[in-house]
Amino acid sequence: MNVLDYMKDHILFLDGGMGTLLQAEGLGAGEYPERWNISRPEVVKKIHQAYYDAGSNVVNTNTFGANSLKFGDEELEQIIRCAVENARAAREDSTSSGEKFIALDIGPTGKLLKPYGDLDFEDAVSVFAKTVRIGAACGVDLVFIETMNDSYETKAALLAAKENCSLPVFVSNAYGENGMLMTGASPEAMCAMLEGMGADVIGLNCSLGPQQLRPVALEYLRCSSIPVLFKPNAGLPRRENGRTVYDVSAEVFAAEVESLLRAGIRAAGGCCGTTPEYIRKLTELAGNLEPVPVTEKKVSRVSSYTHAVSFGKEPVLIGERINPTGKKRFKQALRENDIDYILDEGFAQQDEGVQILDVNVGLPEIDEPSMLESVVCELQTVLDLPLQIDTSDPEAMERALRRYNGKAMINSVNGKQESIQAVFPLVRKYGGLVVALTLDEGGIPAKAQGRVDIAKKIMAAAKEYGISEKDLIFDPLAMAVSADQNAAMVTLETVRRIREELGANTILGVSNVSFGLPVRDYITSGFFMAALENGLSAAIMNPHSFEMQKTYRTYRVLHGLDDNCAGYISFAEKVPFEQNPASAGRPAGGSPGTADTEKGISRLQSAITKGLKDQAAQVTGELLKEKEPLQIVSEEIIPALDIAGKGFEAKTVYLPQLLMSAEAAKAAFETIKSVMAGNPDNTSGIRKCPFVLATVQGDIHDIGKNIVKLLLENYGFDVRDLGKDVAPEKIVEKVIELHAPLAGLSALMTTTVGAMEKTVKELKEQAPWCRIVVGGAVLTEEYAREIGADRYASDAMETVRYAEEIYAGLEDRPESRS
Amino acid sequence: MKEDILHTVSLPAPEWNLKEVLRYAGCRKGDQDVESLAADCMKEAAPLLCYRACWRRYPVRKTETGTHMGFMETASETVRRNLDGCRELILFAATVGIGIDRLIARYGRISPSRALMMQAIGAERIESLCDELERMIKEETCADGLAAGRRFSPGYEDFPLESQREIFRVLDCPRQLGLSLNESLLMSPSKSVTAVLGLGGTVAQACGGKCAGCGKTDCIYRAADRF
Repeated sequence: MNVLDYMKDHILFLDGGMGTLLQAEGLGAGEYPERWNISRPEVVKKIHQAYYDAGSNVVNTNTFGANSLKFGDEELEQIIRCAVENARAAREDSTSSGEKFIALDIGPTGKLLKPYGDLDFEDAVSVFAKTVRIGAACGVDLVFIETMNDSYETKAALLAAKENCSLPVFVSNAYGENGMLMTGASPEAMCAMLEGMGADVIGLNCSLGPQQLRPVALEYLRCSSIPVLFKPNAGLPRRENGRTVYDVSAEVFAAEVESLLRAGIRAAGGCCGTTPEYIRKLTELAGNLEPVPVTEKKVSRVSSYTHAVSFGKEPVLIGERINPTGKKRFKQALRENDIDYILDEGFAQQDEGVQILDVNVGLPEIDEPSMLESVVCELQTVLDLPLQIDTSDPEAMERALRRYNGKAMINSVNGKQESIQAVFPLVRKYGGLVVALTLDEGGIPAKAQGRVDIAKKIMAAAKEYGISEKDLIFDPLAMAVSADQNAAMVTLETVRRIREELGANTILGVSNVSFGLPVRDYITSGFFMAALENGLSAAIMNPHSFEMQKTYRTYRVLHGLDDNCAGYISFAEKVPFEQNPASAGRPAGGSPGTADTEKGISRLQSAITKGLKDQAAQVTGELLKEKEPLQIVSEEIIPALDIAGKGFEAKTVYLPQLLMSAEAAKAAFETIKSVMAGNPDNTSGIRKCPFVLATVQGDIHDIGKNIVKLLLENYGFDVRDLGKDVAPEKIVEKVIELHAPLAGLSALMTTTVGAMEKTVKELKEQAPWCRIVVGGAVLTEEYAREIGADRYASDAMETVRYAEEIYAGLEDRPESRS
Repeated sequence: MKEDILHTVSLPAPEWNLKEVLRYAGCRKGDQDVESLAADCMKEAAPLLCYRACWRRYPVRKTETGTHMGFMETASETVRRNLDGCRELILFAATVGIGIDRLIARYGRISPSRALMMQAIGAERIESLCDELERMIKEETCADGLAAGRRFSPGYEDFPLESQREIFRVLDCPRQLGLSLNESLLMSPSKSVTAVLGLGGTVAQACGGKCAGCGKTDCIYRAADRF
C-alpha cells in the first residue's frame, strides 16, 4: 500500500529517537551512527523493530548523515543498502499488526549554503540526489527529509527528491525557540514554499518539546493544505544519577501530541530523547482517533527566505522599478553589470514600503537568463522581500525560479497555448503564484466578458497541470485611457467580476492607464483607488510616487485596515513641505555654493566631510544648475575627499568616518551620473582608467574589497568589481579585455593566498602591463613581494594612492589624449 | 571527573558595550557621528541576533607528546601552557546567529560604513556572549572548587585550526547550533567561537585582560591590559 493512500483515513504513527538509543548501546560522541548499519546491524534492527512493535507505521532508516560529503561513494552505497536491510528485517520480525513503511531518512548536510556558507545550491542538490537514488533503488516506501534548519537547503533536498524518484516525500523542519528556522524562515513561509514545490507531507521535528513547539504546529495547520507531521523532542536533556534524561515523560509527551492530533496533525512520532516507550504510550492513547480531514486553505501566498506575503485581505504593493523599460540609467547599469545599482533600486523601494519586488532585467543585448539568475541571487542575499520573477524567456524564468529561496511570484502566463505550455510546468515544479494575463491568441478582448472567459480558460488549464486555483492571480490589463476612453471602465469591471464570479485574486500594472497624458500620477492614482474599490488584490506600481502612496495609505484608513491610523500618521509625518502646509518650515539652506565660513569649505564639501549622504545628493542637484559636472567633481568633491583621506592617513579620522564621507561623495556622484546617463561622452572626463577588483577564488569575504571599491570609484577609477570567489582565469580575461593597467586582489584566509599567488602569476604571464596591488588580513608586505605582486596596500587609502601614482604615469590617459 | 553531557542553551542578550563596538570598528575614540551610526546599527541588529551555545566537560592529562584534552590529543605548546596543571576543561561553541551575516552582506553592497559597524557589532556580541558563558561556567565550577582559566581557541598561536573538525564532531555543532565549517575551517555563521577553558589550573591563567596573554602586541584591536 502507498503511504499516502493509507494516510487518507488513518493517522500515521512515526518512530522516535535513534541517536540517544545508539548512544545507550555504546556509540561514542563524534562517532558516525550511520556506520553502525554495517558494523552493528543487530542493534539498529532491534531499535527499528521496537518502534514497529510499539505501533509505529513508519520507521526512518539510520541514514541521517548518509551523504557524499561525509562518505565515499562505495561506503555510502553500502551504508544505505544495509540501513534499508535493517529496517526491512525489523519489519519482517515485528509482531505488531499495523501497516508498516520504511522511510529513507535524510538530514542536513551540516554545511551552510552559499552565500553564507561555501556549499553551492546545485552541489547541495547533487549531494541529496545521490542519497535519494541509492535509497529509492533499495526499495524504500518514502523519502523523509528532516531536521532541516535552513529553507534553502530544504529546497535543495526536496528538489533532489522530486527529480530523482517518484516516491512520496515528507519534509520536516527544525524550529528554534523563536518559532523560526535558524536562517530566519517562518512556518508560514515554509508551508508556502514546500507545498508549492509538491511535498506530500510537511511539518516539524526536533529542537524542543511538544508543548514549546505547539504554536508552530498550529501555525502549520492554519497554513497548510496538505497533511502535517509532528515529531518533537522529549523536552530538554539533563543529567540525573549518571544518566541522561529528558524532562518530558512518555505520558506527558503522549498527551501533548494526542491533543495536537485532535487539532489536525496527521502524522506523529518523536525525535531526540523519545524511545519506543513514548511511541507505545502515544499509540495507546491515540491509536483509535479519527483523523481530522485536511482542508484546502484558499489563501494565495508567496514567500522569501524569511516570511510570507498573503493576498486577499489587504492590497499588496509590488515595486516596479527594477525594470529597464524607459530608464537610461538602469539600462546602462545592466550593460555594465552594475548589480549594486540594481540592488539600490531594491532597497529604495523596500524603504517605501512595498511588500514584493518585481524583477525584470530583459534587455536585447544582454544574456537575460544569466543576468536574471544572478540578480535574483544577489537580491535575496541582501533583502528579505519576496520577488516577482518578470520575464518572457522561459529559460530565464526557470533559472531564476530554481535558485529562488522561497515561493516566488511569476510574471506571467497568458491564455495562449504556447505560454501555458512553457510556464505551467515550471509553476508545477518550483511552485509560485503566477500572474495570468487575460489575453490569448485573439489578443486582448475589448469587453470584460471576453477577459473573464480567458481567465476561466487559464484556470481550467492550470487544473490540468495540477496547479491550485490559489496559485493564480489574474491581470485584467490596464490600457491607456487616452487611446480608448472606455479602457479603464472595462478593466475595472473585469477586476470586479473575476473577484465575484471566480473568487480569484487580481493584479494590475496600474500606470499603463495614464499613458500619453500629462501629470500621469493623478490619473494613475485615481484609477488605483477605483480598482481597489472594485476588489483589486495587488498593484505593480512606482512606490516613489507620492500620489500612489497617498492613495494606498488613504484606502487602508478608509477600509479599516490601518489600526489606530498608525500607518497613515507615520506616512503623514514624512509628507514633503509643499504638500503639507502644517509641517514646520524646513531650513532655508542658502545657495549651494555658500561657504561654510566656519571651516572655509563649501556646503557640499561640508556635507561630504561630515558624511551626510542625503544632503550631499541634494546640494549636488542644486549645484548642477550653476556648474558643469566636471567642475563640481574637481572643485568640490575631490577636495572634500582629500580632506577625509588625509585625516585618515594622519589618524585623526577613523575608518567609519572615512567611509561615511566616501558614501556621501558617492551619493553626489550618483546625482551627477543620473543627469549624464546615456551621454557617455560626458563621463570620460570623470572616469580614469579601468581597475579590475576581486576577492580571490575560494574566499568569500568582501568587506575590505568593497571599501576599496568605494574609495577608488570616488577617485574616478572605472572599477570593475568581479565579486568574491573569482577564478584566476576570469580575472585575467577581464584585465585583457579592458587592457586594464591596474588590478586589485583581496584575500582574508591563509588557505586562499594560494589562489592569489596563482592569479598574480597568470596575470604577470598574460597581462604583463598590469600592475597588481594586493591586500587582506593574511597578507604582509613581504609576502606580497614573494608572490610577485607589485604592491601591498595595508588599507584602502593606500590602494587609492598607489592607483593614482600608476595612473599619473600612464601615457594614454584621457587628459593626455585631449 | 564529573561525567557530563552535551549542554545546549539559549541565553538572554548580554549587556552591550559601545566602547568595544567602536574598538572593533577601528576607532580609538568615537565622535558624535560615529557613535550615532553605531547606536543606529545596534538598534537594527538587536532583533536579528540570537545567543546560543553548547559545551561539554572533559578530563585533561599530560601525554608523552603533549596534552590529551579528552576529545583529542595535541602537541601544541599553547594548549600545554594554558592547560598546565588543569585536571579538566570545558569545550564550548557559541554563536550569535546568521542574522548579523545578512546585515553585513546587505550593507557591504550599499553602505560599507554600516557594514563595518555591523561587523564590529557582531564581534562585540560574540565576545560578550563568550564572556557571559565563561562567567556562568566559572560560577558552576567554582562550586566544585575548580578555578577556571581564560578561554583560548583553535588558531590562537600554535593551537591548530584543524582541531575545529574534531570540536565540531564532538559538540555536534551543525545540529546543536546550526554552525557549519567551510574548507578553510572558518565557521558560518561568521560570528561564532569555539574555545577551551581549563579548570583547576594556576591562578596566572585566570588573570590579565582579554588580550594580555597574546604575543601580538602591535595588533590594532589589542585591548588595554587590565589586571
